[in-house]
Amino acid sequence: MTEDISPLLGRLGPDALPLYSWVAMGGAMVTVAGGLGFLAIVTWLGKWRELWSGWITSVDHKRIGIMYIVLALIMLIRGFVDAIMMRLQQALAMDGGGYLPPEHFEQIFSSHGTIMIFFMAMPFVTGLMNFAVPLQIGARDVAFPVMNSISFWLTAAGAGLVLVSLVIGKFSTAGWTGYPPYSGVQFTPGVGVDYWIWAVLVSGVGSTLTGINFVVTILRKRTTGMTLMHMPMFTWTALCSSILIVFAFPALTVVTAMLALDRTVGTHFFTNDGGGNVMNFMNLFWIWGHPEVYILILPAFGIFSEVVATFSSKRLFGYPSLVYATMVIAVLSFTVWLHHFFTMGAGANVNAIFGIATMVIAVPTGVKVFDWLFTMYRGRIRFEPPMLFTLGFMCLFVVGGMSGVLLAIPPINYATHNTTFLVAHFHNMIIPGALFGYVAGYMYWFPKAFGFRLDRNWGARAFWFWFTGFILAFMPLYVIGLMGMPRRMESYANPDWQPWLIIAFLGACLILLGIVSLGIQLWVSVRDRVRLAAEADDPWDGRTLEWSTSSPPPAWNYTELPIVSVRDSFHEAKLTGKPIPTAPLTASIHVPRNTAVGPVIGFAGFCVGFGVIWFIWWLAAVGLALVATTLIARSFADDTESEAFPGRGTGIS
Amino acid sequence: MTTAVRHSDSEVSFGFWLYLMSDAILFGLIFATFVVMSTNLAGGPGGTDLFSMTNLSMQTALLLTSSLTVALAHHAAMEERIGPALVWLALTFALGAGFLVLEVRELSGFVASGAGPNRSGYLSAFFTLLSTHGLHVSAGLIWIGTMMMQLLLKGPNSRVLSRLSRLTLFWHFLDIVWIGIFSVVYLPELF
Ligand code: HEM
Ligand SMILES: [Cu+2]
Repeated sequence: MTEDISPLLGRLGPDALPLYSWVAMGGAMVTVAGGLGFLAIVTWLGKWRELWSGWITSVDHKRIGIMYIVLALIMLIRGFVDAIMMRLQQALAMDGGGYLPPEHFEQIFSSHGTIMIFFMAMPFVTGLMNFAVPLQIGARDVAFPVMNSISFWLTAAGAGLVLVSLVIGKFSTAGWTGYPPYSGVQFTPGVGVDYWIWAVLVSGVGSTLTGINFVVTILRKRTTGMTLMHMPMFTWTALCSSILIVFAFPALTVVTAMLALDRTVGTHFFTNDGGGNVMNFMNLFWIWGHPEVYILILPAFGIFSEVVATFSSKRLFGYPSLVYATMVIAVLSFTVWLHHFFTMGAGANVNAIFGIATMVIAVPTGVKVFDWLFTMYRGRIRFEPPMLFTLGFMCLFVVGGMSGVLLAIPPINYATHNTTFLVAHFHNMIIPGALFGYVAGYMYWFPKAFGFRLDRNWGARAFWFWFTGFILAFMPLYVIGLMGMPRRMESYANPDWQPWLIIAFLGACLILLGIVSLGIQLWVSVRDRVRLAAEADDPWDGRTLEWSTSSPPPAWNYTELPIVSVRDSFHEAKLTGKPIPTAPLTASIHVPRNTAVGPVIGFAGFCVGFGVIWFIWWLAAVGLALVATTLIARSFADDTESEAFPGRGTGIS
Repeated sequence: MTTAVRHSDSEVSFGFWLYLMSDAILFGLIFATFVVMSTNLAGGPGGTDLFSMTNLSMQTALLLTSSLTVALAHHAAMEERIGPALVWLALTFALGAGFLVLEVRELSGFVASGAGPNRSGYLSAFFTLLSTHGLHVSAGLIWIGTMMMQLLLKGPNSRVLSRLSRLTLFWHFLDIVWIGIFSVVYLPELF
C-alpha cells in the first residue's frame, strides 16, 4: 500500500468523507442528523441524568433487554433502508438505468446483510432473552449482571462501527460473508472490509459473553421446583441457543481475526499466494454460520410456542417432543456445515445456510409444526397481534420449507444456485421464521415491560402489511431466480425480469408501511397508555411465571420467590384458585448497583476497532489499556450491591 | 448470607469453565488451521530450519514449573499463609515472564532472519498460534499482579480466594495448551 500513514490520524484524511456520491452523502447526513437529533432531544428534555443512571449504567436484565431491542429496531430501520434502496435500484436498473454505481450497490448489500444478521437479529433475540428468561425461571437477575451490561455495550459498539462507516470511510463490498480472496487487501484495499471485520469481532465477543451468561443463568438460577422439564419453552430454546453461542462463536472470532491479520499484518491465511488456503475461511466461517441460523431461529420457535399456547388458551401440545426436537436441532447444527460450499463450489453462497440445512432440520421442525397445530386444535383462539404474526409464520414457513426441499434436488440446485431464488429462499426462512417471532415476542412481552399493552389495531395493520409485503417482495424473486437472474445484480439487460422486480419493489413499499405501522403503534400506545394499562399484569391470560409478577416488575422481579411444582404454574394457580406458593423472605434483597463498567468497555472496544481500521495505533492501544484498567479496577470494588426494600420499590417506570 | 456467597461462587466457577471451554475451542480451531497449513511453506523455511531444542526445553521447563508454583500459592492462600502465597505468586510471575521473554526472543529472531508471519502460510499459522498463547500468558501475568495486590490489601477473603482458584485453573489451562503446542508444533520438526 502506498498510503501516507500519519502517527496521529493513521490513514484517516479528508478523503474519508462520502463526497463521492450524493446518495452516500445523504445517508451520512441522515445518520449524523439522527445522532445529533437524539442528543438534542435528550438535552432539551433534561433527561441526561435519567438516561445515564436509569439506562446506560443499568445492570438490570430487563432494562438491558429493552436497550437491546431498541438497538435492534434502530438497526432494522437502517437495514431496511438499504433493502429498499436495492429494490429501487433493481426495479430501475434495466439496461444500466438506476441511480447507484456498482461499487455503492455492493456496499449496500454488504451492509444490509451484515446489519440484519449481526445488529438486528442478534440484538433482538438477545434482548428478548434478557427480558424474559430470568422472569420465566423465577430468578432475580441473570447470573452475571455486569457482564451482561458489557455484552450489550460491545454489541452497541459494533453497531456503532457500522453506522460510522457511512460517514467516515466506506463499508465493505465483500458481502456479509466477507469471502476471500476478494476480501483480501489486493482486491479490496481501503477500510471497508476492516469495518466489517471489527464490527463483527467486537460484537462477537459480546455475544460469546451473553452465551456464557445465559447457560449459567438457566442452569443455576432457577427457582425452587423449576426443574428442566418445568421450564417454559422459550427458556428451553434460549438455553439451546446460548449453548450454541458458546461453542460456535469462537470460530467467528478466529476467522475474522485471521482475515484481519491477513489485511493488516500481511499474513497468508487466506491469500492466493504465499501458501494461503481460501478453503479454511469457508470451513471456519460456516462452523459458526450454520449454528448461527439456529441461534437466531430457535428462540423464535420458543416464542411461537408460548404465543400459540397462550392465545389458544390451551396447554402446549407435545411439550417433551418440542424440547427434544430443539435439542436435536442444536446438536445437528454442528455436524453439517460442510454443505455450504460442498455442493456449491466456493462462490459466495449465503443461501446455503438456509438451503440443505432445511433438509436436516426438516424432521424436528415438522414435529414442532404439528405440535403447534395440535395446540390450536379445538382451542379458543384469540387473534391478538402476536398470534397473527405466529399464524403468518406458519403459512409462509411452509412455502420456505418447500423451496428448501426444491433446492436440495441437485438439478434444481444447479440451476438456481447464486440466483435470486436463494435470496427469496433465505429471506423466506428468516423473515417469517425469525423476525416474525421477534416481533410477536416484542408485542407479547411489551405489557410486562411497561405496564400497558400495545394498540391492537395498529398491531394488526402492521402484521397485514408485513405479511402481504413479504409475499409481494419475495415471491417474484423465486420466479426470476428460476428464470436465471443472479443475485447481487446492480444492473441487467433482460426485459423479462423487470416487471417482477417492480412488483418486488412494491412489496418492499408495503413492508415499509408495516414498519411505519409499528412506529405508529408505539406512538398511539404511549399516548393511550392509561386506557391500555388495564389488566397489564396479566393481559393475555398468561400461563407462565412471568405473568404472575407486577407489570413492570420490580428491579428484583419477585419479592418472594415463587415455588413451582408444575409446568404453566401460573395457569394452574388461576385454575385452582390457589396462589403460587412462595418462599418467605428471610434476608433482605440485594440488587447489584449500577456501574459504568459496561459502557466504558463498550467505548474502549469501539476505540480499538476504530483505531485498527484506520491504523491509528495509539487509539487502539488506549482502548486496550482502558479495558484492562477498567476490569482491574472493577475487581477491587467490593461494595457492588445495594439492599432493596420491597414496598417502596422501583421498577421500570 | 454465607450460603448466598457460596452459591454465587459456584455460578462464577461454572461460568469460568464455560469460558475455558469456549477458549479451548478457539485454540482447537487455530491448531486445526496450523495442521492444515503445516506444509504450506511457499518456499520459506520450515520448523526444522528454525526451532532450537534448548529454547524449547527452557520455555517448557519454565512454564511447567510455574504451574506448580501457582498451585502452591493457591494452597498457601487457602491456609491463610499470606507471606508464602505472595512469594509463590511472585515466583509464578517471574517464571511466566521468563517464558514470555524467551518466546519474544525466539519469534523476533525468526522475524529478523526473514521468517516472519508474512513469509508463508505455515509461518502465519505458527506465529498466530504462539502469539495467541503468549497473549493469554500476558493476561495471566496481569492477573497474577492484580491478585498479589488484592492479597496484600484485602487479605485472603472468600472472593479473593475464589479468584485465585480461577487463576490457578487458567494457568493450568495455558500449560495444557503449551503441551499441545509442544507436541503438535515443535516435536514433529525436532525429531
Ligand atoms: C425487510 C425486508 C427485507 C428486504 C426487502 C430485503 C431485501 C434484500 C435484497 C434486495 C438483497 C440483495 C439481494 C441480491 O443479492 O440480489 C438482500 C440480501 C440479504 N438480506 Fe435482505 N431484505 C430484507 C430483510 C432481511 C432480514 C430481516 C435479514 C436477516 C435477518 C436479511 C438478510 C439478508 C442477507 C444476509 C443478504 C445477503 C447479503 C449479501 O449478498 O451479502 N434481509 N436482502
Ligand atoms: Cu448449514
